[in-house]
Amino acid sequence: MKYMLLMCGEEAPEDVAQTIPAAAPGEPDEPCWMPWAREMEARGVVLRDGAQLQSSRTATSVRASGSEVLVADGPFAETKEQIVGYDVIECADLDEAIYAASQHPVAQHGGVVEVRPILAS
Amino acid sequence: MGGPRADPNAAVEAAVTGAFRTEWGRIVAILIRMTGDWDLAEECAQEAFAAALTRWVTDGVPDRPGAWLTTTARNRAVDRLRRSKTEATKLKEVAALAVADEAAGPAGPDDSGVTDDRLRLIFTCCHPALTLEARVALTLRTLAGLTTAEIARAFLVPEPTMAKRLVRAKHKIRDAGIPYRVPPAHLLPERTNGVLAVLYLLFNEGYSASGGEDLLRPSLSAEAIRLGRLLASIMPDEPEAAGLLALMLLQDARSAARIDDTGELVNLEDQDRSQWDQAEISEGHALLEAALRRQHAGPYQIQAAIAACHADAATASDTDWAQIAQLYGRLRELVPSAVVELNRAVAVAMADGPRAGLDLIEALETGGALAGYFLLAATRADFLRRLERWEEAAESYRQALYQVATEPERRYLSKRLAEVGG
Repeated sequence: MKYMLLMCGEEAPEDVAQTIPAAAPGEPDEPCWMPWAREMEARGVVLRDGAQLQSSRTATSVRASGSEVLVADGPFAETKEQIVGYDVIECADLDEAIYAASQHPVAQHGGVVEVRPILAS
Repeated sequence: MGGPRADPNAAVEAAVTGAFRTEWGRIVAILIRMTGDWDLAEECAQEAFAAALTRWVTDGVPDRPGAWLTTTARNRAVDRLRRSKTEATKLKEVAALAVADEAAGPAGPDDSGVTDDRLRLIFTCCHPALTLEARVALTLRTLAGLTTAEIARAFLVPEPTMAKRLVRAKHKIRDAGIPYRVPPAHLLPERTNGVLAVLYLLFNEGYSASGGEDLLRPSLSAEAIRLGRLLASIMPDEPEAAGLLALMLLQDARSAARIDDTGELVNLEDQDRSQWDQAEISEGHALLEAALRRQHAGPYQIQAAIAACHADAATASDTDWAQIAQLYGRLRELVPSAVVELNRAVAVAMADGPRAGLDLIEALETGGALAGYFLLAATRADFLRRLERWEEAAESYRQALYQVATEPERRYLSKRLAEVGG
């Protein structure tokens, strides 16, 4: 089954890709989700897509009615927690998806990950 | 003409009703595994029981009613799938499962390697991705066979609300991919706790309603005990399942004495112990002892041990409160909850006097965890009353009355308030 994982959390004050120090000296720092991605692949959870998003400060909300387009600065919902990233995974069932969500750095550091099944087309 | 004849319909009805209690859950569980369709499973099970009502009159009640009903339900399911032009591969799968099942015979907990489907069902019903209300409703519908109307009445909601709740839950299971299985080993402990919690919630709903006029809704506690028996039988290696059943039996044993003729709540210390059900107490004891022998104590076993202490006391003054206080201490180690601490305070007050209990209450109040919980204020009031601090007691009773939810408990507190001159 395919699921989208929506990572929600309090945004960092600055837009910096969250990294963790590299395993060996001289190696580049890793994105913070890299160990997670490796663990998932090892488990057989397929990562189809995923990205960290720029902050909600950079968001633009768009509504349209016929030819009229309404553009506004900011995310569609003014909440303290915003979507900070997403992943599209393919795995056996909801328990696997829950596990994947629970291990993600965002869940581990106080955020919440929404697990949403993708409608089969 | 001949003399009076036994009504064959009455005998058949009795046989079907009896079979329903024991077989409904099993049949629904098997059909869900076979077809993956919860509605289809319920409908085919329903039709099998309806068929039994007519067929058993003409053919007689079969030697193994369960097997007859299961086969009938299974055949109905295969038939329905065939007619709905189910994809050929899926149909073949289902039909093959039906044949294999039939050959294997009714699965029981002794069949090595064969999981009782009711285990799959109960774990799925109690999956954490479902709301607590949905878990309770789904368990009652699929395992206990209560109708939607009965469940709605039990929880004091309109029937359409309950129907919608059940539909949403089933859709969530299907759409979100909740697997129909006993959870894998690494998830089993937390999921088992979840199942036990649902059953105990059910029991408590029946034992002391959370709102409304009736303090006791007997049918729910009876269902909880039935489900508890089932769970203990299909999870023989889980002492907490036996512990929960022991706890429910030991508490249920007191139910006749809990309400007096006028519908008033009777305090544990004032209950007529001759009305306690000794058979339930014996059974509870036996289950608890067997569970404890496995040397894997858990919260339900400890709570059962506490209930057993009460059951063992011939009169209220014989109660071993020191032992109970100690047990609550052990319980708090496993379940660090303020409510457990409150119960410990009550036991300590009984063992060491209300002053000692008041100290613990004050510590709890500083912690703030139970703000708004009427039993905190009511317990404080009780200790103050026993210390003859009348005005303070009255103030606490008034506070508790502001927070209380059920009528019998409201009346009880009002009576106490009057006693202390409030």
